Amino acid sequence: MTCREIVELMTDYLDGALSAGDRAKFEQHMGGCDGCRAYLAQLRATRMLMGRLADEPIPAPLRAELMNAFRSWRSS
Amino acid sequence: MSVSLFSGARGPEGDPSYAGARVVRDPVDPDLAALRSGDEAAFEALIGRYHGPMLRLAMTYVRDRGVAEDAVQETWLTCLRTIDRFQGRSSLKTWIFGILLNVARSRRRKESRILTFTSLFRREAGDDRGPTVGAGRFGGDSMWATRPDSWDNVPESRLLGRETIDQVKVAIEALPARQREVVILRDVAGFDADEVCTLLSISPANQRVRLHRGRASVRKVLEEYLK
Repeated sequence: MTCREIVELMTDYLDGALSAGDRAKFEQHMGGCDGCRAYLAQLRATRMLMGRLADEPIPAPLRAELMNAFRSWRSS
Repeated sequence: MSVSLFSGARGPEGDPSYAGARVVRDPVDPDLAALRSGDEAAFEALIGRYHGPMLRLAMTYVRDRGVAEDAVQETWLTCLRTIDRFQGRSSLKTWIFGILLNVARSRRRKESRILTFTSLFRREAGDDRGPTVGAGRFGGDSMWATRPDSWDNVPESRLLGRETIDQVKVAIEALPARQREVVILRDVAGFDADEVCTLLSISPANQRVRLHRGRASVRKVLEEYLK
């Protein structure tokens, strides 16, 4: 496989969606290709950085409103 | 039916083809049990934990951040109102995000009534075709001509810094909606592929195409930024 083909298979690879044959070819290529290894590392880092967006704090007024709603739901 | 004390008798862990794993879905989701018992701290933790992913997902459908926050609020109120009817056929998290999708889509319909005719029928550019890495990066042999840099040498304070995260935010917001919703569910909200297919009613192959294109676009923005 060429690098150009490999880069398009990386998400399938990470999701375990490649056939056994394609997976073997993929891993063989990766073993000898610094460029593709760097690209895969970048994709993994991208995924990790996107995960950081989950840390956004809930605004205090919204939290207060929801907690009030929860208390009145509980007592009803 | 015999009962074994060995956990191995329940089938290989994480093997989705093992039917028993589906039937015996964890009967006591701790969050669900806590909510139903009126545990205030558990509810507060839950709304805090899911706020980021929920807000990002809502903003896939509505442009205005305030409207997106309203959608998140309405979702939680709907959850409280209907939690007694929740039957645990999906995880609590999938159920909550499913409600959010419905709320956000209906908010979008309201929003689009006040948008212009052309913007309503605007076709989104950058769909699901073509290579995700520019042809110029490869030589005539289709091998790298300009190799991607390793980010290992980028100082952690820069890689994880606020500015980088802001670049990620902007890059995600620039994705076509079809890619954006999958990327947010997978990589921000942390759902697995099966759950995303269920939530969006799409095929596994389509889910992977959208995810791959979305991630590749965000990577490209980061590559430029971290150069």
